[in-house]
Amino acid sequence: MGSWRMSKRASKSTSDVRQGVNLTEIAQTETCGSDSNFGFAIDGNARTIAGLCFLLITVTPALAQSGSAEGTGVPVAAPGGWLEAVLFYFLGGGAILSGLGVCVSRNIVRMATWLFVALGMVAMLYFLLAATFLGAIQLIVYAGGTLVLLVFGVMLTSKSPWVRFECGALELISAGAVCGLLLGCLVAVLTAITWQGAGGAVPGASVADIGRRLFTQYLVPFEVAGVLLFVVMVGAAHLSRQQVGD
Amino acid sequence: MNDMTIGLTHYLVLSAALFCMGLFTMTTKRNAIGILIGVELVLNSAALNFVAFDRYMGPGRIDGLIGAIFVIVLAAAEAAIAVGICINLYKNLATVDVDRAASLKG
Amino acid sequence: MILFTKIVEKRSGDHRRDRLSQFTVPWNVGVERRNYRFPSKAIGAAIFLSVIAAVGNWITNQWLGGNPIGTLLLVVGPVLTAVGALVAAACVAGWRVLEPLLLRSAGMILLSAVVGTCVLVWLHSLLFGWVTGSLVPHADNPAISTWFGFPLTIGEITAELTWMPGWLALLIWPLQFPIVRDFVGLGALMGMFNIIPIYTIWWERKVAGRIQSRLGPMRVGKWHGWAQSFADGIKLLLKEDLIPEQADGPLFRLAPYLNVIPTALAFVALPFGASYVFRELDVGLLFILGVLGIEVVGVILAGWASNNKWSVYGAMREACQMVSYEIPMGMALVIPVVAVGSLNLVQIGEAQSGGWFNWLAFRNPFMFAAFLCYFIASLASCKRAPFDLPEAESELVAGFHTEYSGIRWSFFFFAEYVAMFVVSGLAAIMFLGAWHSPFPSAWGYSWGDGIVAQGLRGLLFSGPIWFVLKCVFFLYVQLWLRWTLPRIRIDQVLYGCVQVLLPLTMILLLGNTMWVWASESWVGGWATFTSVISVVLGSIGIVFVLGFVAIAAYGFYHRRRMVGNLVQDVAPGW
Repeated sequence: MGSWRMSKRASKSTSDVRQGVNLTEIAQTETCGSDSNFGFAIDGNARTIAGLCFLLITVTPALAQSGSAEGTGVPVAAPGGWLEAVLFYFLGGGAILSGLGVCVSRNIVRMATWLFVALGMVAMLYFLLAATFLGAIQLIVYAGGTLVLLVFGVMLTSKSPWVRFECGALELISAGAVCGLLLGCLVAVLTAITWQGAGGAVPGASVADIGRRLFTQYLVPFEVAGVLLFVVMVGAAHLSRQQVGD
Repeated sequence: MNDMTIGLTHYLVLSAALFCMGLFTMTTKRNAIGILIGVELVLNSAALNFVAFDRYMGPGRIDGLIGAIFVIVLAAAEAAIAVGICINLYKNLATVDVDRAASLKG
Repeated sequence: MILFTKIVEKRSGDHRRDRLSQFTVPWNVGVERRNYRFPSKAIGAAIFLSVIAAVGNWITNQWLGGNPIGTLLLVVGPVLTAVGALVAAACVAGWRVLEPLLLRSAGMILLSAVVGTCVLVWLHSLLFGWVTGSLVPHADNPAISTWFGFPLTIGEITAELTWMPGWLALLIWPLQFPIVRDFVGLGALMGMFNIIPIYTIWWERKVAGRIQSRLGPMRVGKWHGWAQSFADGIKLLLKEDLIPEQADGPLFRLAPYLNVIPTALAFVALPFGASYVFRELDVGLLFILGVLGIEVVGVILAGWASNNKWSVYGAMREACQMVSYEIPMGMALVIPVVAVGSLNLVQIGEAQSGGWFNWLAFRNPFMFAAFLCYFIASLASCKRAPFDLPEAESELVAGFHTEYSGIRWSFFFFAEYVAMFVVSGLAAIMFLGAWHSPFPSAWGYSWGDGIVAQGLRGLLFSGPIWFVLKCVFFLYVQLWLRWTLPRIRIDQVLYGCVQVLLPLTMILLLGNTMWVWASESWVGGWATFTSVISVVLGSIGIVFVLGFVAIAAYGFYHRRRMVGNLVQDVAPGW
């Protein structure tokens, strides 16, 4: 118990933190980690409330559907409405913020987390657009599959979480200028166009419709995608095999 | 209420912004997985574009939806292979810094 | 005589009988109940104070000429204190009478609380139905529906419904807005989300205790420690907020929420009854599978952000396991979808309304096996034993949540137990008749539409209470398995997934598809064959259930013998 004040000697250089740290050292460092400790978990309580608010906010996209067609659950997207506008700006703003987070983060795991937030926001946007099937697929495949794959890749290829390599300032500025120019041109063009035949309440696609189209009109791409996935599985297994004699 | 109606242009601008941010990530990250993350952002923006057109260009269209489904499937596939390549890069070079993968550089 | 024993007790210095121990050690027979004299003392004090009040009244009127301060001090004060003493005496005496009754009937109280909650939900749905039934498009703005088409005022409501008092109209007025109704529904969902882990954790500790020949929590709340989870919750809230020094602070704080929020989101699409669903999504099943898949990200981030290699190992193993077992889980869930033809959970539930033999698990042997495959895969997906390698205390300290303490740690357990409930709910909906009772719903159609008829139909044939009971049954099986089976290694886990469950589910999917195709193509002889198979499989199910009930009854009958020396005759409730 006399080791409460000895945390300073355990602060090694950050690049060695993840290797060879034994548990006693961890026990000595962790007790003095939090400065804002008043004996009460004030931080924890505040974050509890924040987490519950976040929970409520993430549920409200489901509220944006103005109902379903005759109780079958097929989504109907109604035009206008303040709720749809509020949700779009919240979700769209969230997606852009997470995109900025991805651009600005220097730590690869933080970048992956921001990507996860961006994927979640885009999934909620799909729900807002009455493409519920696609939203669910996005959550299952992208957020719960591809992102996990990326994070596994991060963990298998990093020596330390805090080592970072970055571009020089010149590259950052030139890349920013080019991307900003591209964004400006795109926005200028898009806002100047009036799309014909746009608007109105649109019933979303039911799963039966999607299935029917996939097996009739889009059968060839479907089968090709199946073959592609098989090839990808074999290729990935081959790429990450253990070399004989390793 | 008309100025608050969310139209097609809103979604297109959003996906353009996501695309540009993904492009910036792809060009400025030296970590190979970081580049992959940028690719994922770009693909997401494309799929969002598909679905936005789907919803706003008249009733009964689901071609955009199916396009987006294929985009997601293909994105997952190429992420798998790309992560395999990154792992091999790490095995050979002990780093995923793409600037160091320069042995073919002229 | 009692006074004599009290003096003797006080003087014997064996151990301190502090005032607290008579509450915390309820079965310690020798402890004096110090408050047993309280009612008589309080009545005596009340009489004394009334005398003082009477004397003070006389004094105030005679000598002080009705001085208000004198009245306050000498009359009002003593009278109020006397009344307070009498009320306290009544409470203590009443509690002394009530407590044994409560202890005896505590089990029934718990059960009736469950039933009462369902009845409360039903009454709410009746209220909402009545409110929405009287909504009419507004005269000026047809896009909005308000009460009786008038502007949104209370005066109109009371004018229209003359029997309704103003305060009741004030309470019901907000309900005409869909968003208010949605928030009330969300409140119910959050209540469900909170209550489930609290009682499941208590129940798990009791079940674990009984399986291990001990009692489990017994103290907090007097009857079998039913309030143990509340005490634990208060303790966890007051713990020091500890974050390891080199840990990634924001990610460390974010990870528990990423684990908990998906499980709460699953309640948005999970139906408790044919009309008891927050949002009836036509991709409900996919939505729930999708949000359950997000838990993996929370686990990985928790392990990574802890800056602790044991946490990272636990997180990697956990992520491997969860992601791998999502595949057989999804494929096993696709099998009933093929039979019903919809991803809509409400439609899948309604397709099983024909009684026990119509339940999807008993329609063909492929679905029976698929039910077992799904259950095993869902155990792995919830990181429950025998797949609880990520929490293997003997190996990894505590796996990915080693560095977490206090309320953050409890969020991980909220997520685990709520996920258990959600996957049990999916098992019930997809395979075992959702919210239908073993009796066919058709038997109740001719009863009419009155309130009593509706209630009886909900109780006997199809209602949310049956769904909750089935989920509770599956929860019990999960708890039971955890303390019965040994843990399996990570390579055995992955072997079981990829080399056993995945090919098995693929074969079952193929067989089931063939069966469904045959049912649609060949009629006549095939129909009788399928009904015979349904009866056979249903009978196997009945045998299992009756066997389970028999074993439980045997255990209950011999509960004292099984616990051994620890059960005393003064243990509460027994």
